[in-house]
Amino acid sequence: MSDQTDTILTADYSESTEATESARVAPEPSEDSAPGSLLTTPVSHAGEGTAAWLDQRRAQAWAEFQSLDMPARTEQSWRFTSLGKVNLDSYHAPQPVSAAVREQLIARSVGNSRTAGRMVFANDSLLDRRLHTQALLSTGVIWKPLDAAFRDHADLLERHFMSRETVLGSRKFAALHAARVENGTFLFVPKNVEVALPLETFHWLSGPDSAVFPHTLIVAEAGSKVTLVDYLGSERDDQAGFACAVNDLVVGEGAKVTYVCVQDWSNQAVSFQINSTTVGRDAAALSLHLNLGASYARLESLSRLVGAGGRSDMLAATVADESQEFDQRTLQDHLEPHTTSDLLYKNALAEASKTIFAGLIRVEAQAQHTDAYQKVRNLMLSDEAEANSMPGLEIMADEVRCTHGATSGHIDAEELFYLLARGIDRKTAQELVVQGFLSEVIERLQNDAVTPRLAAVLAAKFARMKRRRKGV
Amino acid sequence: MNSSLVIKDLCISIGDRPIVKSLNLEVPKGEVHAIMGLNGSGKSTLAKAIAGHPDYNITSGSVLLDRVEILGMEADERSRKGLFLAFQYPNEVPGVSNANFIRAALQSRLGEGEELEAVAFYERLYEKMDLLEIRREFTARSVNEGFSGGEKKRNEILQMAMLEPSYAVLDETDSGLDIDALKIVATGVNTLRGPNLGVLLITHYQRLLNYIVPDHVHVMMDGRIVKSGGKELALELDERGYDWVKAEEAALA
Repeated sequence: MSDQTDTILTADYSESTEATESARVAPEPSEDSAPGSLLTTPVSHAGEGTAAWLDQRRAQAWAEFQSLDMPARTEQSWRFTSLGKVNLDSYHAPQPVSAAVREQLIARSVGNSRTAGRMVFANDSLLDRRLHTQALLSTGVIWKPLDAAFRDHADLLERHFMSRETVLGSRKFAALHAARVENGTFLFVPKNVEVALPLETFHWLSGPDSAVFPHTLIVAEAGSKVTLVDYLGSERDDQAGFACAVNDLVVGEGAKVTYVCVQDWSNQAVSFQINSTTVGRDAAALSLHLNLGASYARLESLSRLVGAGGRSDMLAATVADESQEFDQRTLQDHLEPHTTSDLLYKNALAEASKTIFAGLIRVEAQAQHTDAYQKVRNLMLSDEAEANSMPGLEIMADEVRCTHGATSGHIDAEELFYLLARGIDRKTAQELVVQGFLSEVIERLQNDAVTPRLAAVLAAKFARMKRRRKGV
Repeated sequence: MNSSLVIKDLCISIGDRPIVKSLNLEVPKGEVHAIMGLNGSGKSTLAKAIAGHPDYNITSGSVLLDRVEILGMEADERSRKGLFLAFQYPNEVPGVSNANFIRAALQSRLGEGEELEAVAFYERLYEKMDLLEIRREFTARSVNEGFSGGEKKRNEILQMAMLEPSYAVLDETDSGLDIDALKIVATGVNTLRGPNLGVLLITHYQRLLNYIVPDHVHVMMDGRIVKSGGKELALELDERGYDWVKAEEAALA
């Protein structure tokens, strides 16, 4: 097993981060589930050098997972969801990838041209880790696979690992994640350290019906600055699988964290992403989700503004086709005065796809002088597509500036004619309009180190749609 | 006949209402023809219908581009066949940069697997932009978004210069232009003028024709061409208005 989890490091990187892979005790198969099924008790990590708190946390989480019912559509937080698409029975813990697949996936892990470092995971095992900015770690930055961080930085992890309650509906799935999480990115940026170039993480899902639990935890101390990009992708376009990811951002006083996630699983996969962002005094968090893959993709995003002057930008751009369903639930939670949140979600819906947006702005009584904005735009490319928007406000303070709005529309016929009249065929014209529509979201990043790759991933999705239509 | 834009007995309706009625016109390559007429005479309907706008219903007649019937074609195919329409009100395409838009238009003229050469593209683009006094920043700006009236019209001529059509229909390209912008647009069109281009210039002011001197002038009234002549006809219309043409036509009827 160990050769699948070798860590490849740059030559002068001396920190010990080899992912340990000791023998694990396989659980007794239960009567009603196949071995390795998500519904059997997870493999125990006891005796691997993990801290007692973690073992305990996992055990608690497993008990919670088992005790909670699967969601029902009658619950407000699951309204409109096609729950038939969410069935955990068939998924199982993944096999490590073969040497050949490993090489291929590392080669496919292409991010932006200039980055500070890159980690590549497949089926929750680390395949590769490269640091490009050698000075990074000497500043006290910790950038490690999660399994190593559990071992080496138990204090930080105990404090920050899944420390927020899941409030947007997916408690059961968050519990499953906590019980089964193996790996991911732990990024800690000490006080006043600015990491200029983005860090990148690739998570690959491989093998039929594999289940993965990618985890991203960023802790940015006061006055620090960092950008991380997660890429989530499947080894094969046609492979079913289950991915239940958690990403938590802890943004200290005056710190600035930019988190970008490209969700590009196969269209057969089921995807959960549960985010919690905590924004301190005068801090700024910006998250951008580019949602392209999965048959059902649930994104729960929570921004908690816990310090005066804090700001959170919550951005998402989604391209839905076939019968894809993107289920987006958000909460902008203002707990302190003079805080700002600005949400912009844009969905382009082709064919028989579906989106759900349910977003709440909550302003606590003490959070005076809050600015909270929420804007959802749906571009309907087909008459069969369905967009549901449920914006909501709960304002307890009286001095607030708050706007929200959700609109749906088709491509303007005159605009389309203008493009056609220049020789551009209908499908390409539609693609251009969609790219233009989504560009407002991507431009909000104002980060040239990250945007070119986003444009490329988006173009790849359009190319896939085109190929499929042509039946190639 | 071989190298011309030929419009034969063309009838166009919007809904059930006939707008263009049995219109005949031939614009040979190398010539500039102007159509003049009052508002509501059907000029713009003619322009958009030729370009393939779906709202205009062509009830009979034909439009031949170098002897090829184009009326059955979609708008994009007509464009790739060499027809260009400069819009009276150019549309905005939010989030799509001008350069990418023009690039996509040129790319659509290439075969499967062929890629536009980027460096040569920008060289050509900048050369044409300089001609039309369009600043470089306009390559990165969204198509027509926040452009002034004059900037939009110059942008139309820029596209025309880049796409090198065989026939161009300029729909009220002079409307909303001040004299300086008008001169720049005219310089652009005059530069493109030549044996490989036929131009149909639609306007209701004679002013533009001082700068783009037409070979022929046609008067359009109530959906038909009622009078044709040389460039001096435009001056006469400017001096005397359109009533005398109407009276002349009534006398003939």
